[in-house]
Amino acid sequence: MLTIYYSFFNWNLLKPGSFHFSGLDNYSALLTNESIRTAVLNTVVLTVAVIALSVVLGLAIASLLNSEVFGKGFMRTLMIAPFLIMPTAGALIWKDTLLNPIFGLLPYLLTPFGLGRVDWVNQYPMVTVVVVEVWRWTPFMMLIILAGLQSQNPEILEAARVDGASALQAFRRITLPLVRPFIELGALLGSLFVVQTFDSIYMLTFGGPGEDTTNLPFLLYIVAFQGFSIGQASAIGVVAVIITIIVATLALRTLFSIFQVEARR
Amino acid sequence: MTTSMVGMRSKILWSVVGWLVVFVFFFPVLWMWLEGLKTEPQAASSPPTILFVPTLSEFQEVLSGDFPPFFINSAIASIASTLLVLVFGLPAAYALAIRPVKKSRDVLFFFISTRFLPFAASLVPLYLLARDLQLLDNILALILIYTTINLPLGVWLLRSFLLEIPPDLFEAARVDGAGFRHEILRIVVPLITPGLAATSLICLIFSWNEFFYAVNLTSSVAATAPLFLVSFISGRGLFYAKLAAAATLASLPVLLAGWIAQKQLIRGLTMGAVK
Repeated sequence: MLTIYYSFFNWNLLKPGSFHFSGLDNYSALLTNESIRTAVLNTVVLTVAVIALSVVLGLAIASLLNSEVFGKGFMRTLMIAPFLIMPTAGALIWKDTLLNPIFGLLPYLLTPFGLGRVDWVNQYPMVTVVVVEVWRWTPFMMLIILAGLQSQNPEILEAARVDGASALQAFRRITLPLVRPFIELGALLGSLFVVQTFDSIYMLTFGGPGEDTTNLPFLLYIVAFQGFSIGQASAIGVVAVIITIIVATLALRTLFSIFQVEARR
Repeated sequence: MTTSMVGMRSKILWSVVGWLVVFVFFFPVLWMWLEGLKTEPQAASSPPTILFVPTLSEFQEVLSGDFPPFFINSAIASIASTLLVLVFGLPAAYALAIRPVKKSRDVLFFFISTRFLPFAASLVPLYLLARDLQLLDNILALILIYTTINLPLGVWLLRSFLLEIPPDLFEAARVDGAGFRHEILRIVVPLITPGLAATSLICLIFSWNEFFYAVNLTSSVAATAPLFLVSFISGRGLFYAKLAAAATLASLPVLLAGWIAQKQLIRGLTMGAVK
């Protein structure tokens, strides 16, 4: 609530006495400001790319772990590690020891393919952030989808096979509809977190180069703590809230519907 | 015979594919450990050193240097806030699950909507509040903020566990003349121990790894483990082995807790919706 209140004021922390009511100035500044449009766009691109890729990968890996393979439990244990690692630590490891153009492992491994001395973090900043975030969120999606797959009754699949359904048909007609609510839940909860991505951007690119990877939380951080413009930062916060409310409403609907299905059982 | 052989072959094939994928995902973690066990010249070599004699010297250096205070701050902030979540969350969850108050669905909705608010939105007012209360760079501010972030999650989770207790149990206890205190201590607490574990785990993960508030509200005295890692971005030159050792140590508590309590992890992450 205080955020909304401050967002109507012109207030610079470095200028005492600059606290005064400015009405909708902060908002009209937002609409015309290039930075904020870039930040909204970057937030959307980052969120959509990360969620789409991690759901697809998560579904594939969950299906693998749900089939007959050796060492399932151990595989799952190793898979969830990227999600548990401190995000700041993970981002730093990627940036300095894996992607560093001189000492990193990946450029070294990619040398035979002519991608040797690519400076991933500076040349392809958004790709780098997306890759690191997908690495982090795929295990999350996998866990939720795997739980969905395991709640499936194997006899139904067996029956379908006896009736002559191919593996692909069985997956599309039986498995997918069953795990759909789990996929939706994972995607929505995940996007609520990914919209807020701050740690890895701070560590990997610091929003740059230029504003290429500045998303809303990072822009707010810059405006509030590098520019000390509280009113404008609050207005950015309000925009972030509006975006989040849209996603959250969908997420809550899915949550409640899963709870209701559970209750009916 | 032939079908089982085909089955075996496909099992081996998919196992190989699976292990390759898992290896790719786990590799950065493995590489972090390996880098931490190298010496500085080995960690900053081109091409990268693959074979080397492991040494714990960088770990010792990190532990004997200025890292421990950061680690202790993280421990204080996350353990204290987790305990507070349990203390405040359990009564609230009880009121919503066992003896539903009026409009409890709305209350639930309101609770969780506060969790979904972007951190960015509340940063400015919280910063000003902390400044006015002289709580900037004070671990108390982080404890309070982490408690409020995790409380809605805790309430939802604990509620989902409380709902699984058969109502007959409470009936029976009440018929036997058990008091409210007895009901809580003898029935609720023992039955939702897994719930308390799941809630603690999820609170611990989120508060231990939290960076956004920590970087903005603390600077030196109350700085937490992620902030120690920030110091490696700038001005320290090439200290890759030390960086990797610090990153390993900073990630260790949550990694271990998550691995030990894998079952609780799924339930916690989905706020009790998925078992």
